Amino acid sequence: MRRLALAVLLLAAGSAQAEWSAAELFAMIAKDRPGRATFHERKFIALLDRPVESTGELTFTPPDRLEKRTITPRPERVTVDAERVTLERAGKRHSLGLRENPGVAVLVESIRATLAGDLEALTRAYSVALDGTPARWRLTLRPLDPAASQLVERIHIGGEKARVRTVEILLADGDRSVMSVTPVAP
Amino acid sequence: MSADGPPQPGRRLALGVWLAALAFCLYQLAHTRFVADLSMFLPDAPTEEQRLLVDQLRDGALTRMVLIGIDGADAPTRARISAAMKQRLEQATERKSGTDPGRTPVFVSVANGQSGGFEKERELLLAHRYALSPNVTPARFSVEGLRAAVDETVDLLASPAGALVKGLVARDPTGEMLAVIERLRPGGGPRTVNGVWASPDGSRALLVARTRAAGSDIDAQAQALAAVEAAFKASAQGAAALVVTGPAVFSVRSRALIKHDVERLALASLGLVVAILLSVYRSPVLLGLGLVPVACGALAGVAAVSLGFGAVHGITLGFGTTLIGEAIDYSIYLFVQSEQRDVGGAGWVAGFWPTIRLGVLTSIAGFSALLFSGLPGLAQLGLYSITGLVAAALVTRFVLPSMLPRNVAIRDLSALGESLSKALGVLARARWVVAAAAVAAVAVLATHGRIWDRDLASLNPISAKDRQDDARMRADLATADARIMVAARGASADAALASAERVGARLDTLVAAGTLGGYDSPAKVLPSLDTQRARLASLPPAAELRARLDKALVGSPLSASRLGAFVEDVERARAQAPLTREALDGTAMAAALEGLLFADSAGRWTALVGLRAAKGAGIDVSAVRQALVEHGLIPPPDALVIDLKAEADRLYAGYFERALLMSAVGLAVIVALLFGALRDAGRVARVMLPLAAAVLVVAAVHALAGTLLNLLHLVGLLLVVAIGSNYALFFDRIGQGGTPAARTLASLTLANITTVASFGVLALSDIPVLRAMGSTVSLGAFAALVFSAMLSRPGVTIGAGTR
Repeated sequence: MRRLALAVLLLAAGSAQAEWSAAELFAMIAKDRPGRATFHERKFIALLDRPVESTGELTFTPPDRLEKRTITPRPERVTVDAERVTLERAGKRHSLGLRENPGVAVLVESIRATLAGDLEALTRAYSVALDGTPARWRLTLRPLDPAASQLVERIHIGGEKARVRTVEILLADGDRSVMSVTPVAP
Repeated sequence: MSADGPPQPGRRLALGVWLAALAFCLYQLAHTRFVADLSMFLPDAPTEEQRLLVDQLRDGALTRMVLIGIDGADAPTRARISAAMKQRLEQATERKSGTDPGRTPVFVSVANGQSGGFEKERELLLAHRYALSPNVTPARFSVEGLRAAVDETVDLLASPAGALVKGLVARDPTGEMLAVIERLRPGGGPRTVNGVWASPDGSRALLVARTRAAGSDIDAQAQALAAVEAAFKASAQGAAALVVTGPAVFSVRSRALIKHDVERLALASLGLVVAILLSVYRSPVLLGLGLVPVACGALAGVAAVSLGFGAVHGITLGFGTTLIGEAIDYSIYLFVQSEQRDVGGAGWVAGFWPTIRLGVLTSIAGFSALLFSGLPGLAQLGLYSITGLVAAALVTRFVLPSMLPRNVAIRDLSALGESLSKALGVLARARWVVAAAAVAAVAVLATHGRIWDRDLASLNPISAKDRQDDARMRADLATADARIMVAARGASADAALASAERVGARLDTLVAAGTLGGYDSPAKVLPSLDTQRARLASLPPAAELRARLDKALVGSPLSASRLGAFVEDVERARAQAPLTREALDGTAMAAALEGLLFADSAGRWTALVGLRAAKGAGIDVSAVRQALVEHGLIPPPDALVIDLKAEADRLYAGYFERALLMSAVGLAVIVALLFGALRDAGRVARVMLPLAAAVLVVAAVHALAGTLLNLLHLVGLLLVVAIGSNYALFFDRIGQGGTPAARTLASLTLANITTVASFGVLALSDIPVLRAMGSTVSLGAFAALVFSAMLSRPGVTIGAGTR
């Protein structure tokens, strides 16, 4: 299964740059998985006259735990653990299963799988295209699940070497969000 | 059966009365309703808290829950089965023989964690969100309030959760829909694996179905269980296995158990007694005649219970075997003790009837402890046994002698009697054994620690393992029974909801202070009409709202010009009538109210508010009660704080004390009866001594076997005294030299064997109530006979008795 996925990927992404493949990128990321980073996110929503911004911290704990702690505008914490998303906000806690919420899963899985260097997980949910060079690359992800693609059009993840620097999500309704990520020295 | 008629010319009269009574009993039997639900063994409740408790245990929301587990296979397969079962169960309809087949759903709700549960109600909730949201106040719709609410919504859009609300923002910029959904969602909830509920270790998929029918409707519950099994069969794949538990399962299973047990026991007991008697009598005619008093007694017992209680419980029928055990003795005494020349039994009547009459009276004293126990189920057993014994004795005394055919004589048992007399001599030399056994028993009981079991559960026919399974599944589902509740009362459903809201306001402060973890109130699902009206009244008219939005949203990324749909929705809500209970029919909200908002027979309504403990702490019941008292909510307008477990314990403890008292009274009556008959304190003591030793030995044997004694054991011990007093009395008569010893001994031994055999069969029952009685009486009756023999004075006997 894994081999097949890789082969398909290589065919899809590798013809122009045979020396640079998604498999190699993810091997590189998996070897040097980041721990903490700060983020700055801007969401462009049609209903709103200007983008809403948020800042905070991302913490990734291998193999599959991702925590997104928002500091502004309102403290909030989102934790993704195996197959659950937990949202803590204003003293309340909500928990969602990823499987029954494909719209949430598609957003979470892109960044988590990329940070984890888990190409297999990524190719399960998206068609993956890679361009650029190891020094400056860009992944383009398109959801495979029809329900998810009703919601998310595509996701661009940009990075330098083993580091993810930007995550841009384009929603099907035209809204989008852009998140820049700055690694924090451990 | 009538009272004593004149003995000789009254034979015809006695026969006539007997036939008339028989006809009446048969008529009553034909109109008897037989039941098997265990609520009969719930006590009559003296206080209001306890009445509510008993109602809850009998028919409450908890009794309608069917807990379903899917084991085996792998997680994705279990999830698929769970989803398929949910769909099938939601479509299951009741099969009724009458009209309108297949229209009534079996379950009001089936939950397995797929979706929050209110998807189908989304439109209804959206339309009524301003009446249902607790956030709707005049301040919320002021300029400042609107600004704060919209700011919060905009911030929410920035969060990952924003995706969930984005579509509604234009209609609902203050986020009321989210507040409504949040309020409806109960706290906690089980873990989800592959999109469906699962146990904490993930190895079992879980569903909760709630039946439409009440827990006491066992036929409907059996149908619900059949539907669950059918749904599983139709959905199952691979090596998956079904586990079903809950009160419905318990009542259906115990009914089956009772039915099976009662039939089996009655047959086994009857078979044994018939075999024993046939081997002794060697005469089918005598055997048939011997069973006449037993049959009449059973018939009279059922008729009396049917008249007195309106229905006869299955366990009561199982008690019929006790009647076989005791009532057969009367005819044994008549047949075996009668002189062979004593046609019609006149001599027997003069010589033995007073002793037997005394035995019947002492047994009545014993069974009275059941009659006055305060538990309707046990009172049935008492009434059944007393009526049965009296009827059997009267038939033996007044009817049976005239039925004895002249040419049928009992086999000569004098050879047996002679060898028994010799055995008696041996036993009498071992009288030290009685003392030794009694001392040993006292030593065991004194050093054993806990002897009595006051727990209501010890009378429950459901096995401990089944109960553990149930407890585990409940813990997994995090639906740990709402143990502590506040009952808010009112003259109408709406008044009860209003009362629940007042209680809720107080509980909110306790939750804020950390005293409570939270609470689930039906008023959170459906607010009272007044509360809804007050919320709707706080909405400003369209023009005013527009003006306020313009002011509030200056500088906001969400401009007022985009909120036309919001203004329209608010305007529509202002003109709307509040949401009523009737409008919720068939929705998940109605299912959530089911069993939590109900009327009693007097038409008063109760809303049950379930309390949840703060994390890692218990619920401080007195603090809750105190908080409600301080604000005048207790007593009027009627809120009760109920701790179900504590209340049940108190209830049962009360009945246990009462049973102890009743037993003491019963014992006193037995002693008084003996004294009245013997008129000699020394003789009474001699009669009682072996019985006391027997009781001690039985209690000690149970203690050694690790069985805690419950209420039924207690009554059993009293019966040991009652039945044993018969033996002791006969030995006393032998000791007084007025009786042919060999025949008496033969009859006593035979009576004892049948008693031990029939109660021994009862001891094999799976029903604790019957098992307790059986093991106590069979062992006790045997010990009473042996001990009485040991303490008798055979020297006098052998000289005066044998001929």
